[in-house]
Amino acid sequence: MAAPQQMLTANRLKDGAVLYWRGGDWVESLTAGEVFDEPAAADAALAAAQDFVGRNLVVTPYLFEVREDICGIHPLKEREIIRAAGPSVRADLGKQAPRRSPAGNPKSDDRKEDRDYVI
Amino acid sequence: MRTARAMYRYDEFDARFVAQRVEQFRGQVARRLSGELSEDQFKPLRLMNGLYLQLHAYMLRVAVPYGTLSARQLRKLAHIARRYDKGYGHFTTRQNIQFNWPRLVDVPDILAELATVEMHAIQTSGNCIRNVTADHFAGAAAGEIEDPRPLAEIVRQWSSLHPEFSFLPRKFKIAVSGAPNDRAALKFHDLAIEIVRDGDGRSGYRVFVGGGMGRTPYIGYVVGEFVEKPDILAFLEAVMRVYNEQGRRDNLYKARIKILANALGQDEMRRQVMLEFEEIKKTGTLALPPEELARIQAYFAPPEFEALSDEMPRAEGDFADWLKTNIAEHRAAGYAIATISLKPIGGVPGDASAEQMEALADLMDELGLAEIRVSHEQNLVLPHVRKKDLPRLHARLAALGLATPNAGLVTDIIACPGLDYCDLANARSIPIAQTISERFADLDRQHHIGELKIKISGCINACGHHHAGHIGILGVDKKGVEFYQLQLGGSGAEDASIGEILGPGFGRNEIADAVERVIGAYLELRRDGERFLDTYRRVGIVPFKNVAYGEELHAAY
Repeated sequence: MAAPQQMLTANRLKDGAVLYWRGGDWVESLTAGEVFDEPAAADAALAAAQDFVGRNLVVTPYLFEVREDICGIHPLKEREIIRAAGPSVRADLGKQAPRRSPAGNPKSDDRKEDRDYVI
Repeated sequence: MRTARAMYRYDEFDARFVAQRVEQFRGQVARRLSGELSEDQFKPLRLMNGLYLQLHAYMLRVAVPYGTLSARQLRKLAHIARRYDKGYGHFTTRQNIQFNWPRLVDVPDILAELATVEMHAIQTSGNCIRNVTADHFAGAAAGEIEDPRPLAEIVRQWSSLHPEFSFLPRKFKIAVSGAPNDRAALKFHDLAIEIVRDGDGRSGYRVFVGGGMGRTPYIGYVVGEFVEKPDILAFLEAVMRVYNEQGRRDNLYKARIKILANALGQDEMRRQVMLEFEEIKKTGTLALPPEELARIQAYFAPPEFEALSDEMPRAEGDFADWLKTNIAEHRAAGYAIATISLKPIGGVPGDASAEQMEALADLMDELGLAEIRVSHEQNLVLPHVRKKDLPRLHARLAALGLATPNAGLVTDIIACPGLDYCDLANARSIPIAQTISERFADLDRQHHIGELKIKISGCINACGHHHAGHIGILGVDKKGVEFYQLQLGGSGAEDASIGEILGPGFGRNEIADAVERVIGAYLELRRDGERFLDTYRRVGIVPFKNVAYGEELHAAY
């Protein structure tokens, strides 16, 4: 059986926000993060993340298991599902919350922002 | 060595001390962000200031000493919730409040704001003596011997940054009560003090030690039957020394005093504590002079009670329902203790919005109420309400969504934050509480069931007090999937007991059904006047066990 797919996550030091690794940097959305098919690639990313730890930008990076299919990325553990979305009892909070522009209107292009690097 | 004579004054010293701590932490955060401090170096410093890193974000736990807040303090908490967090706070089973989304860079400012109202987050985490908790009806309850909060304040002052006890084997939780009815879960604490009377009618302190929940639950036992008032700090210091010297530091899971207390046994623990106690007493430095106790007591003087009629206002409808459960007997004629339920049907137990906190503070000012309490059952309490003001109070609470008439009933559920927020949790607690609450929403049904305390924890650490629930629920993780164990027969009251595990866990969608079947069995089995707990204690676990897993209740029961 093939090794499970993995993703890399951490918290941003200055505000604690949950981050996901993509291509040598960090994004805020799980759906914009990078999925590793090979353990070696995941381990290499984890090692590379130590540079961000050393630069006092993120804390506690770790790998977790996911399954990616045509519908998207699915963390295997409930913990990571909740971490990626926000509290399951408050749909208005966390990453799942509807984005608002400063004027109070939903943002027109959420996906673009999700893909922005955030460090 | 701190002595009773040098005990600092509540206002000036505290203000300076807390302000200094804020500035220290501001410097520590700056050094962390600049890289002068590594995360390993910074983590114990932030924990000493109540700051955790949780599942989604940082979490700041603010101490509410002995659960007492003024309107000004409540208003400040509302302001912090709105300005620095996401518009709400979560009241905990240790009478604290937690903010779930603060940014690290803002925390020094939050602490500075708290300091302006004499609040802080010191010793809300770490292996030290934590915030002292107290009976939430303290100073108000009929039948109370004495208000325990002056003692709690003295213990707080003695234990704050106590150099000898800042690096204990593990955290240490103290509770105090001055009434025969235990509303503070005394026997589930590392150490607890109950104010009692001796045969001559003098009051003194009964000291329990070694209680606890978590992985290895224990009921505390008496280590001091009647400690004279001036001796209490010497006695506490003696207990702490025995623990500090012999508590296990080699194993995190065996480091609490309950493990040591159980290993030594009651007689040996008493012997060792008495040895230390006699040594400390010889020095005389920790004697608590009566005038110092009296000085602290003056801070907790009750309001001047007016001579009022003791008659309850006429009640019908929602107001009458609320009076049935949310009002407790007050020591003064014409007054009542009002419980403000933070358990709306289907809501998140213990959460209050900034708007609710602010409106409550306004209401306190309007009704001349100087203080509000946080209960370990995650509700709020107004301790001194004139009975004639109750209709107005109820109407205002109803408008705020704070008049749920369920105190002590099946929907008044304790639940830890669980996997929705907590980094340590194995399973969610809040959605289980919500499902059960909705299942039993019908008020007639709740009254028919009567007093029933359901307590839910999302992991073995037991922040949701599941061991002490009449019905306790423990969330566990089975290969990344949430399961829930049922425990029956626990009690955190004066008849303390640890719940018994029913058997294999239930799935997330099965647990509410199982609870409903257990309650159904109770309704069939109970005799007149029996609470769930009484019936359970009479018939044992077997009939409930069969029913919980879907069998019919056997005729033999």
